[in-house]
Amino acid sequence: MTEIQAWTLVFVVLTFGVYIYVAYASRVSDTKGFYVAGGGIPAPANGAAVAADWMSAASFISMAGLIALAYNGYNGSAFLMGWTGGYVLLAMLLAPYLRKFGKFTVPDFVGDRYNETARLIAVVCAIVVSITYVTGQMAGVGVVFGRFLKVDTTIGVLIGMAIVFFYAVLGGMKGITWTQVCQYTVLIIAYIIPAVAISAKLTDNPLPQIGFGQILAELEALQAELGFSEYTAALTGSSQLNMFLLTATLMFGTAGLPHVIVRFYTAKNVRAARYSALWALFFIALLYTTAPTVAAFAKFNILSSSQAGTLADQSWFDTWEEVGLITGPDGGTVADANGNGAIDFLGGGGNEAVINNDILVLASPEIGGLPAPIVGLVAAGGLAAALSTASGLLLVISSSVANDVYHKRINPKADEKQQLLVARITMGVAVVFAGYLGINPPAFAGEVVALAFGLGAASFFPTLVLGIFWKKCTAAGAAAGMATGIGITVLYFIWTLPSTSAPIFLGNDPILDIAPVGFGFFGMLVNFAVTIVVSQFTPKPSLAMQELVEEVRYPGHTDLVAKHAAGEDITKEDTD
Amino acid sequence: MDEQARREYWRHNLTLMAVLLTIWALVSFGAGIFFADALNGVEIGGFPLGFWFSQQGSILVFLALIAIYVWRMDKLDAKYGVEEYEEEVRGS
Repeated sequence: MTEIQAWTLVFVVLTFGVYIYVAYASRVSDTKGFYVAGGGIPAPANGAAVAADWMSAASFISMAGLIALAYNGYNGSAFLMGWTGGYVLLAMLLAPYLRKFGKFTVPDFVGDRYNETARLIAVVCAIVVSITYVTGQMAGVGVVFGRFLKVDTTIGVLIGMAIVFFYAVLGGMKGITWTQVCQYTVLIIAYIIPAVAISAKLTDNPLPQIGFGQILAELEALQAELGFSEYTAALTGSSQLNMFLLTATLMFGTAGLPHVIVRFYTAKNVRAARYSALWALFFIALLYTTAPTVAAFAKFNILSSSQAGTLADQSWFDTWEEVGLITGPDGGTVADANGNGAIDFLGGGGNEAVINNDILVLASPEIGGLPAPIVGLVAAGGLAAALSTASGLLLVISSSVANDVYHKRINPKADEKQQLLVARITMGVAVVFAGYLGINPPAFAGEVVALAFGLGAASFFPTLVLGIFWKKCTAAGAAAGMATGIGITVLYFIWTLPSTSAPIFLGNDPILDIAPVGFGFFGMLVNFAVTIVVSQFTPKPSLAMQELVEEVRYPGHTDLVAKHAAGEDITKEDTD
Repeated sequence: MDEQARREYWRHNLTLMAVLLTIWALVSFGAGIFFADALNGVEIGGFPLGFWFSQQGSILVFLALIAIYVWRMDKLDAKYGVEEYEEEVRGS
């Protein structure tokens, strides 16, 4: 066992032990504890849990790589602005009002505010989005275990499944929340320590956000010398439009994703829901302002170490080539094609190696020449990011099935015990399913993740916002809006995505050069338009419902909201 | 709250949101994307300004916007006597 493996094992065992202990200490026995942690989580803890929930393997492991390698600097900003900008929308347009409404899940709000058809559409969307995400998390767990502990990817996924199953099933939302607070702590320490160390080493400034500026001019020069496109330059024309669309889709998608929204139901009250959004973005910003610095420092190190553009004599190169995450340009093995005795890493022709986006963060301590314990810590951070998101998503799936399908549709007389049993069984099935997908990821996983954001933006966002801000928004309007918004987005995906990724895609040229990943924004506009138009011609919501929507706008205790939250049918005495 | 107070509270809330969301759009879509090229002509601390807004500045502004929002809403709640502070919304 190498020194890196030993340290990784130490950190993994240590952190997993903490997660399991915390889950055991906060186990629950009622549905309110299971679904929304009893609704009593203090704002800073809730914010840390949102941050851990939201920052998945994609943020921790992939994002810096996307910025440095796949999108080349400035273009990668769409992820930074999109994934954080959505919190401004969440904080002002959704969080306080949904907390006041006081239910368990997003479909719960949709079903209560509109009708049962809308609830079912929402359940389907919530489950599709969550399954998609969870697949990526499980695959990430496999990569980390495979690389750092040299175990088979399948065994890595199985270990991850067992841990998530234990704390999610036992503790429900309450266990998950406190575990996620610990996981946030682990992941942020693991992300920031190497960034600070590398910044101090390269620039003599330990604050990476400042040190970052000092290498940009030199990085730009190296990029130009080796044939990469410009790192800091802005885009023009249709690529600028696509950057806007991708950013906007990620923003509105973030504000429409069920596993984040459900977190605001766990806040103590309306005020705590607002503060949770502030704490969440604060905790997220710590990582999101560091990520572009990790990207730039790693690219700078790769391009400048020993001799510009040569990979072969860099120590991290062999370890990642071995696990197949650095390949030749055609996806095969890396070879010295031009026989100059070096592996050339270039932007244009003559390039001999492709570095997988996902390894940049995990490899950056090695690339920067940091000691083994830090490498082990980063591995534990990556696992924390993947597992915390996976558990939040599994909870969305199980509460959607147990609450919105089983309790609300199949067996309204079910007592707490029966509901909990259904929730735990669903959770078990979902864990097994997620593990299976993590071991056998579908070939088009990347496209499905983009689709999930498009779906979030095109389905939930307009339905929730109009449900709160427009009393006269009707059930028929919302159902029609959600259905057309999702429908048109899915159709565009089928029309444009490459047919090689899945047989249902047609691989046509995008209309007006609009990239599929940014199409969710149009889906959202269509949803808004259809909802508003249909609402003009369909029966208005009951007066009691209009009164409830009105009351949700003010904090503090109100009888109608309390009655509704307690499960009474507020429309009963209503004659309208 | 009576009908009049409710209307005022809600109007204040909507005005605050409109102002903050305008800044949100100007910073991210404006400074970060559509005017990034022009702003890149200015350089501060090694950063071309448009690039800085797209990778760091917009995130810091988002954080400030939510901070201003929660602070102003606390004051608004206090003015209309609907502050919750330690008290929980009762229910389920």
